[in-house]
Amino acid sequence: MARMKFLCDADRCIECNACVTACKNEHEVPWGINRRRVVTINDGKPGERSISMACMHCTDAPCAAVCPVNCFYTTADGVVLHSKDLCIGCGYCFYACPFGAPQYPKVGNFGSRGKMDKCTYCAGGPEADGSKEEYEKYGANRLAEGKLPLCAEMCSTKSLLAGDGEIIAQIYKERVLKRGYGSGAWGWKTAYRETIES
Amino acid sequence: MASIERIIRLAFGACALLLLVMAAPATAQQVNPTASAVKEQQLLQELNRIQGRVSIPDQRSGVLEQPQGREWREFRNVTLRWVGGVAILGMIAIIVIFYLSVGMVRLEAGRSGRTIVRFNMFERFVHWMTASCFIVLAISGLNITFGRPLLLPLIGFEAFSEWSQWAKYAHNYLSFPFTIGVVLIFLMWIGGNIPNKVDVDWARRGGGLIGHDHPPAYRFNAGQKMIYWIVVIGGGLVAITGYALMFPFYMTGIEAMQMAQIVHSIVAVLFVAAMIGHIYIGTIGMEGAFEAMGSGEVDVNWAREHHSLWFDQETARAGPDDGQSRPATEAAE
Repeated sequence: MARMKFLCDADRCIECNACVTACKNEHEVPWGINRRRVVTINDGKPGERSISMACMHCTDAPCAAVCPVNCFYTTADGVVLHSKDLCIGCGYCFYACPFGAPQYPKVGNFGSRGKMDKCTYCAGGPEADGSKEEYEKYGANRLAEGKLPLCAEMCSTKSLLAGDGEIIAQIYKERVLKRGYGSGAWGWKTAYRETIES
Repeated sequence: MASIERIIRLAFGACALLLLVMAAPATAQQVNPTASAVKEQQLLQELNRIQGRVSIPDQRSGVLEQPQGREWREFRNVTLRWVGGVAILGMIAIIVIFYLSVGMVRLEAGRSGRTIVRFNMFERFVHWMTASCFIVLAISGLNITFGRPLLLPLIGFEAFSEWSQWAKYAHNYLSFPFTIGVVLIFLMWIGGNIPNKVDVDWARRGGGLIGHDHPPAYRFNAGQKMIYWIVVIGGGLVAITGYALMFPFYMTGIEAMQMAQIVHSIVAVLFVAAMIGHIYIGTIGMEGAFEAMGSGEVDVNWAREHHSLWFDQETARAGPDDGQSRPATEAAE
């Protein structure tokens, strides 16, 4: 099985935010929640870079480790998913996550964080693949249809790569070699405890 | 027509050529566009987090990366379980050993049959409101820390999630009456809980817990004062940190929320351990103690033995009626 990962080539990202929009539309993400976002660092200064970031589907995921009800699971593809039926909305995954991925819809009065929502790598949830229940809770399950996450698939500059970790790392290495520079695979060291030399 | 077209094409061609010629020196220099580019590791070393600008309304999502969640994870999954486990099981072990070796602290003079008011209705109401909230808060809180390894394997995912969901609601909502209770406890008993010289002697004699010693005490002895300050300071800390967690981002960012959770949980487990001791002494640990918070009236002999100075004050205020039955030795103390 492949080990699915995201890789954002910051030297290619033009901050068009199309990945953000595509994600929101594909999954009908609840109001106020962004599963993916584009962060611009050193905005307007020399060396500015934009990075598209979502859940990185970490190896030994911190969210899963700290969850009090153990609602997370890792698929055979290395995708970190969770069950909204089990989630109690305590906020612990959000304290532990290095990438700010878990978010909670505001439900009811104070303190009532709703069920956590995060990027599913377009792989849905524990419900039957492609079912209505799965779509309503987690959004589309493109992976089950043999497709990769939409954000990466429609990235206009092919900055955001999704797919098997080894293959996208190879693509990135070739790019760096050919153009002679690269600012690294952002988040990889934190998420996967490995990095790609550039 | 054709000539105009040719002129335009020529003009464009000339422009393009001009641009190329002007741009040539730049490309010839072989500029590395990442020479000044931001580097992930360098940014992380500088600030331990990477923050930038986002164009979506949620400005908090501008934090790109904050790996310190790892330390928090270590605390939550390892350190806290050790601290909590040792504190609570240790306290229970001490109590069991103490109860088995010493047993219930008896009234030496037996019951006199006459009582004296120790806590009025309002004081008892505040105590039990705070206490009942505390028990629910403690159980639902311990469930978050110890439920996954201890309870989940026993009852399964669905049942454990259902229970934890209700426990979370109870934990959030009962925090309000608990906080009110802590504030009222602080205000109504502050007068009797300022440490003084009597407490030094009381503490030096170990509170008379072992043997038949009864060091004098006013309304609250040094041990009770300790419980009071644990409730006021501990309760205040868990309330403040709890609300910071309950209303994310109203008061603090994510790092402060990790800190708040650390303070909240450490204080809470120590608080639980202290309250286990408090419950023990107030029930099976000491004869005649429960009545103080039960009916509100304690036996006169209990008051004489455990709070002699308070008893003197009360009888002096109430008149000579109770004072007559007081032995001279007690008064001398």
